[in-house]
Amino acid sequence: MIRIRGLRKRLGRRQVLDGVDLDVPTGCTLVVLGRSGTGKSVLLKHIIGLMQPDEGTIEVDGQVMTGLHERDLNEVRKRFGMLFQGSALFDSLSVGENVALPMREHTNMDEAAIRARVAERLEWVGLPGIEDMKPASLSGGMRKRVGLARAIAMDPAYILYDEPTTGLDPIMSDVINRLIRSLQARIGVTSIVVTHDLHSAWTVGDRIAMLHEGRVVFSGTTSEARETADPVVRQFIEGNSEGPLQAV
Amino acid sequence: MTSHHDSLPVRGMGYVQHRLADAIAEIGRIAMLMLDTFRQLGRGLAAPRLVMEQAHAIGVQSLALVFIVSLFTGAVAAVQAAYQFSNVVPLKYIGSVILRSVIIELGPVLTALIVGGRVGAAIAAELGTMRVTEQVDALEAMAINPVRYLVVPRVVAAVLMLPVLTMLANAVAIFGGYVVAVTSIGVTTQTYVTGLKDFFYLKDLFSGLIKSFVFGGIIAWMGCYHGFRTEGGAEGVGIATTRAVVSSCVLVLINDYVLAHVLFRFIFPA
Repeated sequence: MIRIRGLRKRLGRRQVLDGVDLDVPTGCTLVVLGRSGTGKSVLLKHIIGLMQPDEGTIEVDGQVMTGLHERDLNEVRKRFGMLFQGSALFDSLSVGENVALPMREHTNMDEAAIRARVAERLEWVGLPGIEDMKPASLSGGMRKRVGLARAIAMDPAYILYDEPTTGLDPIMSDVINRLIRSLQARIGVTSIVVTHDLHSAWTVGDRIAMLHEGRVVFSGTTSEARETADPVVRQFIEGNSEGPLQAV
Repeated sequence: MTSHHDSLPVRGMGYVQHRLADAIAEIGRIAMLMLDTFRQLGRGLAAPRLVMEQAHAIGVQSLALVFIVSLFTGAVAAVQAAYQFSNVVPLKYIGSVILRSVIIELGPVLTALIVGGRVGAAIAAELGTMRVTEQVDALEAMAINPVRYLVVPRVVAAVLMLPVLTMLANAVAIFGGYVVAVTSIGVTTQTYVTGLKDFFYLKDLFSGLIKSFVFGGIIAWMGCYHGFRTEGGAEGVGIATTRAVVSSCVLVLINDYVLAHVLFRFIFPA
């Protein structure tokens, strides 16, 4: 379980996070909605320790992440997989080497076992046999799926998705959404999906949280989100340019 | 604190203070990166494959450039020496002058400047692109220390390869000087070689190699530092690349002066 309390972060002159309180129950897929620039990705980076908050705490399975020594922080990070918005594949490595990297760095698995795991994870994401290809020769959707294969290489307890469907066509977006659902069923992983793609949110989410002006203004199940009378959530869901969310 | 009501000198002082604080902060960040590199050195060297890859990129791929530049450096040194010797110094000393100027100064410094341009830019561009495309974040998210994985192999490869490239540059420059001396200045092979032998001191060679060892570190650290500090997209990568090359060239020349003082006054006094 992930528990976030009173998280605040100022970047330059902007208060990006202004007291975020959020719980992510084990086994649940939480979708964090919000307009571009509301701090959704910043929130994810705090959860995995890539950014440190000005105030507030993040607990992962009861362990406070904030202020941890790098060695302890890395032990917690090994329980996470993260799919970055631009996939963040290493250009200098092949697809197989990208997926194998966390295993080569953190386990004593022999080469045959690593190769077998790489092949299995690439098959899970629907891309069998592309180990020798370079990331530069892949399409956007393929890159996302390889990024996902890398994120699940170490059987993480948590997966963080940063805008997993952004920039993809509707068909490929659906492929990614189905993968997120299938991973939850297959390995029982707890997921946080940051997105502003509503179709994706309804498809993959068990729970929805809405981030607005640095705070969580709504948190509930997917069906509660659909029926809520909260004006901010309603305006976002309906895609209306008039309302409390100002078009800038 | 200054405001737009302040007089020009006060605003000027504020600007200077601001720039000074920035410069001190930058020196501090570079020192932290160097310290972190030493901390991660042991674990970084446990993956020799990464060091070998960088040694290939920094050393082997610079060979042709170093060869051409050194050949012409030696040739120019011979032409210049002959011109300045005319009616003043006997030409039998031409080999000695080329040898000492090359192994003490021209070899290490010119090699560092051209490798700084080629390798410093490549490191900053690669790491800068990795920074802006979140690849550095991805390493950290996978519990892989970016300094250990990216900086240690580059610094180790650079400090090992720069002396090797400098040795090659010394040999090629001396050969370039020999070709010009024999073909267009009228010095015999025996005179040139005697000149080389008579004034060859091992301490000159060592001092040049010590310099190149330091220059290798400067080039790699400047490339890595500015690469890691990259912000924005393609424009940010371009800025980082320029800063890496300019700062490594300036620091190579400053350190050349400092090392010349330390080496020839205290360590290898005349």
